[in-house]
Parts: sequence; structure tokens; C-alpha cells
Amino acid sequence: MSEKVLMKGNEAIAEAAIIAGCRHYFGYPITPQTEIAAYMAKKMPKIGGTFLQAESEIAAINMVYGVSSAGLRVMTSSSSPGVSLKGEGLSYLAGADLPALIVNVQRGGPGLGGIQPSQSDYFQATRGGGHGDYHMIVLAPASVQEMAELTVKGFELADTYRMTSMILADGTMGQMMEPVALDDLRVNPMPAKPWATTGTGMKRPHNIVNSLFLQPEELEKFNFERYERYARIEETEALAEEYLMDDAEIAVAAFGIAARVSKNAIDEARKMGIKVGLIRPITLWPFPKAVFRKAADHVKSMISVELSMGQMIEDVRLAAECRVPVSLCNRAGGMIPSPDQVLAAIVSAAKGGH
Amino acid sequence: MVVFKKPHALTDAPFHYCPGCTHGIVHRLVAEVIDELGIEGKTIGIAPVGCSVMAYNYFNCDMIEAAHGRAPAVATGVKRANPDNIVFTYQGDGDLASIGMAETVHSAARNENITIIFINNAIYGMTGGQMAPTSLPGQVTQTSPYGRDVKACGYPIRVCEMLSELEGPEYLERVTVNSVPNIRKAKKAIKKAFQNQIEGKGFSLVEVISSCPTNWGMTPQAALKWIDEKMIPYYPLGVYKDRSAEKKEENA
Repeated sequence: MSEKVLMKGNEAIAEAAIIAGCRHYFGYPITPQTEIAAYMAKKMPKIGGTFLQAESEIAAINMVYGVSSAGLRVMTSSSSPGVSLKGEGLSYLAGADLPALIVNVQRGGPGLGGIQPSQSDYFQATRGGGHGDYHMIVLAPASVQEMAELTVKGFELADTYRMTSMILADGTMGQMMEPVALDDLRVNPMPAKPWATTGTGMKRPHNIVNSLFLQPEELEKFNFERYERYARIEETEALAEEYLMDDAEIAVAAFGIAARVSKNAIDEARKMGIKVGLIRPITLWPFPKAVFRKAADHVKSMISVELSMGQMIEDVRLAAECRVPVSLCNRAGGMIPSPDQVLAAIVSAAKGGH
Repeated sequence: MVVFKKPHALTDAPFHYCPGCTHGIVHRLVAEVIDELGIEGKTIGIAPVGCSVMAYNYFNCDMIEAAHGRAPAVATGVKRANPDNIVFTYQGDGDLASIGMAETVHSAARNENITIIFINNAIYGMTGGQMAPTSLPGQVTQTSPYGRDVKACGYPIRVCEMLSELEGPEYLERVTVNSVPNIRKAKKAIKKAFQNQIEGKGFSLVEVISSCPTNWGMTPQAALKWIDEKMIPYYPLGVYKDRSAEKKEENA
């Protein structure tokens, strides 16, 4: 049996990144993710890595762009307002097909918002975050163990598909402590990166990392190629956990901390004889559409539980192809729905209301 | 016998620069230095956004195209990833002294071991001649049609002077390329800026006062003269910081 250590979610991400072979971290202080930077500042110098506190979020993401161009695993982390600043870099990384891991430990918005947990960057994350046609792989952990596991997976998917992965966590996931089994993490060898700018060695033509294509035909071609890649990812990489869904007549959709609250409410509802289950998307992009499509065959309604004004609900409705009504159970601005609030929504749905 | 040829570090792609633009001269100087130091195989160049955005097509070494103003941050990442690489950025005044000022100042403050070639032609060329952070007081541009009014838009920034106040940078020099003797001096400065990096000395920036005949609305010859008459009085040429030389003096 592997040894378990008690860690904060933020620390689990940092340690898992190091286990995944990341030796370069760039960040800028922002609550509630600062433990990641603090962990990296302590660890990186001791293992020959780089920790650098950048002058801004913008500089940090561009330092990421530089290390990724050099073909190495690299990450940055931030929270909502800081991720907005990284938006430019996210778009450039996508345009240059560069892999990297971005962590967003979300807090309430918009604007400076607050420092309490939120899921209101769902649209920003799943729709790319910057300008232009592109996606990021978006992973939504619901435990400290998953913070670690999805960090490793994020690096691997990023390298496989030459794109950015984002861990979309929230303040609760970042701050809470749980036992983690880090010994269980398995890391696959990094694929070769013949495109990286490491110096020609006078042995090959020069490599160019670039997102500028002034000929529209050429730029269009790259966009179509990227979307063919995205289509493959949607087919093969979508992940969701299903809980008590076999006989469910009501499906609760929730990710991250909202999924944990929802599980408690579902257990209570089951005791009351209500046939309700949970679909917890683990990948928010690609969204696990097939699971929702299948559920729409046998449930009467769905409830989307979110720490936002209702963002994932749009994907739930699209995935269910509007065949069943989908209602929203939410809190916003840094508030978390209570199990009682979710239970009330389930009871109401069971009575046919939504 | 070949007495003059294209440096190996330049590709065969024809430059897109306007007639009389001095980018071509500076590209060639950088490439000659790369050849002479024998570093092409391990050099990574970072292109900016602006007229020299397509520099990645012109240099034979590995190249990266950065977002506007972010080249020093990208260079920081590349250098930290592979310290054996020689990393240079090539940036204009809008890129380096306006949108990318924070990246410029902080890479200098960190004494990041990179080389920056800074083209100061007092105007945004690529977008068609707008006011730059280095446009002179009274200079007419598309966005200062009545001449740069320092009351409304402030004063041009002297980058070498400003950075010289920092403890960090190793070497700051301002040169120009408007005559053969000046071109020779510019090449010497560029070579030193690369040599410093090879020797691990740190942040080296060469500001090259350049011409933009197209957007200045002048003939190439008049533009070179304007450098002498207008630019150099505001931007005096010379070495603004050379830490190794200072140390030598102290020791002597």
C-alpha cells in the first residue's frame, strides 16, 4: 500500500508537477493559489529547476512560452483576475501549438471580485480564454488526490496534442487538506519534440515557433488542422464520473467542489427514495457529451449545480440535446451551495418542478 | 576571390523592408556577429511585433515570434530552459519601450543573461506611422498630426539612460547606422553584447538609432541626415553602462 501524505490541494499540484518532470515554474502572487508558488520557490532550486516570480501575469505566461518553445515541461498558476491577464499568452500558445500547463484556482468575479471559491471562469476556460479559434484541455479536480493526478495528466495531454492544458480548480480545492498518495502517480515518457527551438547545431534547417500567418489561406489551413485535432480529443479524451446513475430519474451535473456537495445531497435524497444520480465531468473541455446524451434517454430532468450564475448548464443542455429540462442550482460571488440547497432542488425536481 | 558575401546566419529570403530602412543593415550586422562568434547552431532569436515581426524568416538560427513587447520574457524562458543557448531579442521602440516596458525593465533588473537589439526609429512603422514612446517633441505622426505635444502626451523616453539607473544590467550602449563609421561602431557594440552573454556577464542592450524614411516622409538620404540633426541631440550616442569596464577601473 502506498504511503499517504496530508497536503493542501495547491501543494499537491506543485509536487505532482515536479513528479511529472516540470522544472520551470513562473508565477505572480495572487490569492488563493499562492501556495503553489511558495512550494516551487522552496523546491525548484534544490532540484536544479527554475522558480521565477515574474513582474506580471503577462510576463509569466510569456516565460512559459519561451520554455515551451525550448521543448521542456513548464507551468504557471494563478487565480481568476490573473488568468484574464494571461489570456493573451494562452492565445499565442494555441496559435504556435505549444504545450504547457496552466492552473486556475478560481475566485469570485468579475473584476477584482473576491477571494472566496468560484467556478465562474468556466466560459473563459472552456472557450479558450483569449482571442481566436482555439481550445484548451480543461481538467476539473474534485479532491486533492485528483489535483495531483490531473496535473500529471495535464502535462501528458498537452505534450501529446501540442496544446495547453488547464487545471480549473477553485479556492476550496486549493486550500483544503486531504491525504494524497503521490507514489501512485505514473508518468509516461515525454514525446520527442523535433519542432522545439533548441539550436540548429548546424545540422538541420531552422525551427520557427510562430503564430503569424499573413496569408489567410494558410491561416485557415492551420485552424482547420487544429480543429481536426480537437475532434480526435473530443472522441477519445472526454472523462466523467457517474455516481448512482444506473436507475436515476434525475441527473445532477456538477464538477469540483459542487460535485462533492451534490454527492451528500444525493445520498440524502436516495434515503428519501428519490432516484437521483450524479454526472461529474472531469474534463470540462472536451465536455463528456456522450454521458449526458445517454443519461437523457432515461432521466426525466437534470440539475446543474454550479458556483456561478450558470455557465456549465449551457453545455449540459447542448449535450442532452434539449430532450429533458435542465434547471440551475447555484450560488455565486464566492458562496458555495449547501447540501440542503441541492437537496431542495432535487426534491423539487422529483415533484416535477424545475 | 570572394571579398563580400551574405553572412551564413542570414537566410536567402528577400527582406520586406522599405527602401532606405536601416533594419537591413542591423540584420546584417547581427548575422555577421553570429558568424564571427561561430554561434549560429546554438543561437535562438526572438522576433518582436512591428516592422521586424518577420525577422524569423531572415535569420538562419532557430527563431521564435513573441507577442508584442513580450520578447524579453520569452527570452528569459528560453535562456532559463537551456542556459547554453545564446538568446537574443530584436525589438522596435513601440515593442520595447511602450507595451513591453515592464518586460524590458525587469529583465534588465534581473540581469538576465540575454542580448537585446533595440531599434529606435521614433515611430511605429508597421502600422503606418503612429507616435512612438520615442517620437521627438513636435514630431508629426499619424496620431500626433499637429506634432507631439508634450503637455498632452509626455516626453520621449530615453531607454539607455533610464536602464542605466538600475543595478542589474551589464552593458548598455546607444549607436546609430547612418554612416559607414557609425555602422562599424554599431557592429562593435553588437558583438560586445553577444560576447558578454557568451561570457555569462548578463543583460546587454544595444540601442540603434535608425531611420524610417517611409513614415518620416523623407528620402533615405534626408532621413539619415535627420538622425544627425534631430535624433542624436535628444538621444546622445555612447556607452551608458559597462559594468565589467567599471570593475576593471575600480581594480586599477
